Amino acid sequence: MSGTYLGMPAFPTAAASSTQDGRLRANLRYATHTIRDKRAKAVAELDDWARLRAAGAAVKDRTLRHLDHYLEQLEEAVTAAGGQVHWAADAAEANAIVARLVRETGEREVVKVKSMATQETGLNRTLAEAGISAYETDLAELIVQLGDDLPSHILVPAIHRNRGEIRDIFREQMGRWGRAAPEGLSDAPGELAEAARLHLREKFLNAKVGISGANFMVAETGTLVVVESEGNGRMCLTLPETLISVVGIEKIVPTWQDLEIFLQLLPRSSTAERMNPYTSMWTGTTDGDGPRTFHLVLLDNGRTDTLADTVGRQALRCIRCSACLNVCPVYERAGGHAYGSAYPGPIGAILTPQLRGTASELDASLPYASSLCGACYEVCPVAIDIPEVLVHLRERVVQGGKVTRRGVKTVLKPAKGHAAERAAMRAAGFAFDHPGVLRAGQRLAGRTRRLHPRRLPGPGHAWSDTRDLPPVPAESFRDWWRRTRGEEQGK
Amino acid sequence: MSSRDVVLARVRRALADVPRGEGPGDVPVPRDYLRTHGSRTAEERVALLAENLAEYRAVVHHCAEDDVHMLVMRLLNEHGTQHVLVPPGLDPWWMAAADPVRIHDRAASTARELDTVDSVVTGCAVAIAETGTIVLDGSPDQGRRRISLIPDHHICVVRVPDQVVDSVPQALERLDPARPLTWISGPSATSDIELDRVEGVHGPRKLEVVLLSE
Ligand code: SF4
Repeated sequence: MSGTYLGMPAFPTAAASSTQDGRLRANLRYATHTIRDKRAKAVAELDDWARLRAAGAAVKDRTLRHLDHYLEQLEEAVTAAGGQVHWAADAAEANAIVARLVRETGEREVVKVKSMATQETGLNRTLAEAGISAYETDLAELIVQLGDDLPSHILVPAIHRNRGEIRDIFREQMGRWGRAAPEGLSDAPGELAEAARLHLREKFLNAKVGISGANFMVAETGTLVVVESEGNGRMCLTLPETLISVVGIEKIVPTWQDLEIFLQLLPRSSTAERMNPYTSMWTGTTDGDGPRTFHLVLLDNGRTDTLADTVGRQALRCIRCSACLNVCPVYERAGGHAYGSAYPGPIGAILTPQLRGTASELDASLPYASSLCGACYEVCPVAIDIPEVLVHLRERVVQGGKVTRRGVKTVLKPAKGHAAERAAMRAAGFAFDHPGVLRAGQRLAGRTRRLHPRRLPGPGHAWSDTRDLPPVPAESFRDWWRRTRGEEQGK
Repeated sequence: MSSRDVVLARVRRALADVPRGEGPGDVPVPRDYLRTHGSRTAEERVALLAENLAEYRAVVHHCAEDDVHMLVMRLLNEHGTQHVLVPPGLDPWWMAAADPVRIHDRAASTARELDTVDSVVTGCAVAIAETGTIVLDGSPDQGRRRISLIPDHHICVVRVPDQVVDSVPQALERLDPARPLTWISGPSATSDIELDRVEGVHGPRKLEVVLLSE
């Protein structure tokens, strides 16, 4: 893997190879199950969860339906607080703006807080081409970067790596980027974290430019919010002289008060904590505290195209908590890389084909990377009906229809040469090759059917009409797996 | 056309389905969620804060005004602190018995200079019982954001019960968005390696919270 998603194979192909990787599967299974069990407990503590969730969805809908209003309000507030606002219609423009801003500081190195937006735009590569080294400072992102690898999970991007692999990466690679790993580094998580602490502190204490994303932007006040655990975020947001934040235009909440909803929904959905260890909030610049210069780059890159789709629009409510990944039976088997995008899992399956369009085979296959079991919808803290959007996008892939690409309305032709059906069938074949996926899907589908009273249009419809579902295996999936693929369940 | 105009025009075209007369306020947001989860006496609130802080592996101390200087001295000595950062507006009484050399954070101090300091003592703006969170807002008794970040040991004094609220909504009401805010729930932590929790990757590895009764 070479740090890029370009040229990735379509989902079924990628999934077919990743499901053969026993260690990956065991790591993933352990991680997703651990997080989701903890999450259920954290959520159960709040007896108004359903109401918070409805309020969160409604605030985001209000924002999206009047996004132009809130963007202008935000720009005014950020500017009034001493920040500078830039607009980027696509990834290339965002990257060019950031590269120029860094160059203007005269610096050649930047420290970065984990950011989905800059992962999406491939910023690090542009910076490298401009002769600027970008250091990822989130521990997991550091592991990914040192390993010349790609993130595979929104919350824990190096979830596919185990401690031994991480030790090897640190031993071999840290010295090339800065302070080398200590002699005799073991694979104990405490020692590995300490090595990262020492390695990165060198970077933080020297850094003149920081680059971040943001979890929220408050239109009313111009406040940006970053939620994190390690403190690397605080380092990047407060020590450098210049801070550049690249943020998707959908990350707005209208008012200061609205944060009370999302600061309850996000930590519990994401890391299953009552509150994450650190949350930073800043409004423009503050004299004598933190960066002297603050740039906000507002990123479109397909978001307005997504907004134009009245069904698919709801994907823009997403607060990137990753809860949907951890309950998804397909993600658990396939791993994050198979989705070929910064956004893996169920949210990736609906967001990526909307942001990028469905022209490539990979993007056209993503709406099929699901068993439509509905578990993702149930856990989503902003109630995105992911199955509804999946079905909608399948219909679009197969039948074509009106879409907006780069701001221009066009009519999409039905996928040529049955490419879409092929994609669908391969995805279906994938599910049938992995009965656990299918059964988990069927079981949950049964349980949530009441919540999804809709037909399956497009290929799903025709498909279930004309095919017999395979018989449910006599033995349990886990038994079958053990018998046929051997012991490799991990912990 | 500037990119600003391009993006805004795209947004407007994308929202052709939104009726012309509809304003942002016309999209209803139900706010029937709770302001607090349960009702508590001031004492119960402080107890819950202590419990939740401890669960996040912060070390919690209870103390009366008369004894706080002795407690702070003891905590600094136990940590082996030689240099302690002190924000300009910190109550001098809290430090009255402390031996370590006091370091004052000037705007011109570099992060590297601050990296040689062992401990920091700050006040706070508000603390949230339900989540076990303390919030700093850069007031004179709390100092710049970086001072509670670089040293490995943070002692934070919370005046109870005045500075303690039940919930996130109540905390936001008390805070001023124009100030830089840092919300802290336990020491820095990561679970990135096989989900094993490790404390103190980059921020202070030790957080001690003094609940100071007035
Ligand atoms: S779609 Fe919902 S559950 Fe998934 S990451 Fe986004 S907010 Fe979380």
